[in-house]
Formats: sequence, structure tokens, C-alpha cells
Amino acid sequence: MNLNLTLFGQAISFAIFVWFCMKYVWPPVIAALEERSKKIADGLEAANRASRDLELAQEQATQALKESKAQAAEIIEQANKRANQIIDEAKEQALTEGQRLRTAAQAEIEQDVMRAKEALRSQVSLLAVTGAEKILGAIVDEKAHSELVEKLAAEL
Amino acid sequence: MASENPTASEYIQHHLQNLTFGQHPDGSWGIAHGAAEAAEMGFWAIHLDTMGFSIALGVLFLWLFRSAAKKAHAGVPTGIQNFVELMVEFVDGSVKETFHGKSKVIAPLALTIFVWVFLMNTMDLIPVDFLPALAGLMGIEYMKVVPTTDMNATLGMAFSVFALIIYYSIKVKGVGGFIGELTLQPFGKWMIPFNLLLEGVGLIAKPISLALRLFGNLYAGELIFILIAILPFWVQWALSVPWAIFHILVIVLQAFIFMMLTIVYLSMAHEEH
Repeated sequence: MNLNLTLFGQAISFAIFVWFCMKYVWPPVIAALEERSKKIADGLEAANRASRDLELAQEQATQALKESKAQAAEIIEQANKRANQIIDEAKEQALTEGQRLRTAAQAEIEQDVMRAKEALRSQVSLLAVTGAEKILGAIVDEKAHSELVEKLAAEL
Repeated sequence: MASENPTASEYIQHHLQNLTFGQHPDGSWGIAHGAAEAAEMGFWAIHLDTMGFSIALGVLFLWLFRSAAKKAHAGVPTGIQNFVELMVEFVDGSVKETFHGKSKVIAPLALTIFVWVFLMNTMDLIPVDFLPALAGLMGIEYMKVVPTTDMNATLGMAFSVFALIIYYSIKVKGVGGFIGELTLQPFGKWMIPFNLLLEGVGLIAKPISLALRLFGNLYAGELIFILIAILPFWVQWALSVPWAIFHILVIVLQAFIFMMLTIVYLSMAHEEH
């Protein structure tokens, strides 16, 4: 077992290897490792944030749904109320209209009756005169009388 | 092979001999033939196999990690990026657990140590005769494939770590602070020589224990593989398989211990007392 120059040769090559490793091997690998761990940390944080956001969004969605449901119910109720109101109004209107129409019709009927009465009244005297004329002018016979009366009635 | 039919001890010695390049006593340069020639070369020689395998494995490690690092992105990782990120995170976690200061060097240093030592140790799992026999076919006489069974390799790394310990000690505490730490504790200023002895031994023990622990574990493991390889080929599997499986643990553990102790020593260097 001789100690010789190999000792220095080994020391020199060792030094060169260490230098090379320090310069060209260690930094890039460590940099990659650090970058990856940072990336992973970022990813985890992002995932956390996303799940928190999701929770929030879900909550918001539920809230919105509840609100819109309430709103819809309110609207329906309002619509029902309004519909009832419209129906009531229409009923009332129809009632008053009917009343009005009936009154008008009644007035017209009365007017017509009056007019007819007037016309009758004006003709009754004429008829009476004509009837009397005929009674006086013709032979009185039952058959003729009844005929005459019937004629009179038909003329009425 | 040293001879056609080596004895057991020749076989073992052959396996424990590095491919040494240096100056022969007669002044010519060349590869040592045998342990005696290698020893004669003294300090100014170099183990070509240790250097070659360790550098090849270091380059493999850096190429692998660099190719993943170039493509590193923050998206979903795939394939090799997964593995590299796993390693980087593991080392980064170990460093952050132990070392609380701020340093750009320590984490990459720890990663390099862990993966490089692990790869060098893993060479131990390749059957002991496989690569040396291949090399022998190519005319290379000796080959030790596990760089961490060469004390030069482990000591080289340990001394580099030691240099960093001293550098950071002085950087953080200043020269005075560092000397003070070595001399003024544990017994106060009237016991300076004694303190220096205690602390000095403690300081020197760090790189030595670091190097010897790794070297000893792997050398012993390799030696046992070599011993198993001496047995008749039809019983080898019964021992080498369990040992190899157990050795997987040793390989990872020793790489981890080397890395952890480096981190601990450097964090101690950063701490003020």
C-alpha cells in the first residue's frame, strides 16, 4: 500500500468534480425543485380558493333561487288579486250596463205603449162612428151583427 | 497474471497490486512489474487504474446528473430526472438537517461525495476477476477496479475535506479564533500545550478516520471477494452471492457515512464555541 501522487490526483479530480457539480448540476436541479414546490403550493391554494368560491356561488345561487321564488309567489298573488278585481269590476259594470239597458228598454216600451194608446185613442172615435153608421144603416140580424162585431174586432 | 498457475497468496497479492506508473530506479519511466518495483518508485508514482476508474466514474456521475439538470423543469418529472431529483433532495435534506449555516459549497460537495463514492464502491460488485482478466488480455498486468480500496483515493478526498474544514474554520472564526479554538479549550489558557495536543489530535483524526473508515471497509470487502474467488468455482456462488448482497448495504452505508461526516465536520467548522 504505497502513498503516492495518486493522492493529489484524486484530490484534484475531486475538487474539479465538486466544482462542476456546484456550478452546473446543483443549481438547476434545486431551482426546478423549488419552482415545482412553489407551483404545487400555488395549485393547492388555487384549489382552496376555487372550492371557497364554489361554496360562495352555491350559497348565492340558493339565495337567488329563494328570492326569485318569493318574488314569483308575490307576482302570482298580485296577479290573482288583480284578476279578481278585474272580474269584480266587470261584474259591476255588466250589472250597471244591464240595469241601464233594462231601464232604456222599459222606457222605450212605455213610450211605445203610450204611442199605441194614442193611436188607438185617435182611431176609437172613428171606429165608433163607423160602427154606428154601419149598425144604423144595415138590417139588424144576429148573423150580420156578429159578423159586424167580428169585423170590428178585427179592425181593432 | 504474474505466473501461469499462481498460488493462493500470489493470486491475492496480484489482485491487491495497483497499476503503478512511475520512475524506475534506473531512471526510466514506465509501469511497475510487481509490488517491489512499485514500492521502489516511491511517492512520485501514480496509480493509473485508481485514477482511471475514479475519473471515469466521476465523469459518469456528472454526465448523468448534468444531462438531467439541463432538462430539469418544474413540471411532472420523468425517468432520470426523477432519480436525480430524488438524490438531490435526499442530500439537500441531510445537509439542511445538520448544517444550519449558509454555504453554496456544502450541498453540492455532499452530493458529489455521496454519488461518487457510491459509484466507486459499486465497482466492488463486479466479479473480482472480470475486469482484471479483460485487462490482462489487453496486456495490462495489474488492475484494481475499486478506487476506494486504494488509500490514495480515500485520503485524497479526506484531505480535500480537511482543507475545507480549515478554510471554513478560518473564514468563520478568523485566524485568531481558529487558533484560540485549538489552544484555549478545554482547559483554559494555562494549559495551552496540552489543549493544543488534544485539539490537534481531534482535528487530525477527522480526515484520517474519514479516509481509513472508507478504505478499511471496502478493502476488507474486496479481500473477502478475492478469498472467495480462490475457492473452486462451483462453491463460489454460495459465498459470493450472500456477501455481495450484504455488501450492497456496506457500499451505500459507507458512501452515506462519508457524506454525513463531511457535513458534520464542516458544520462544526462553521460553529463558534
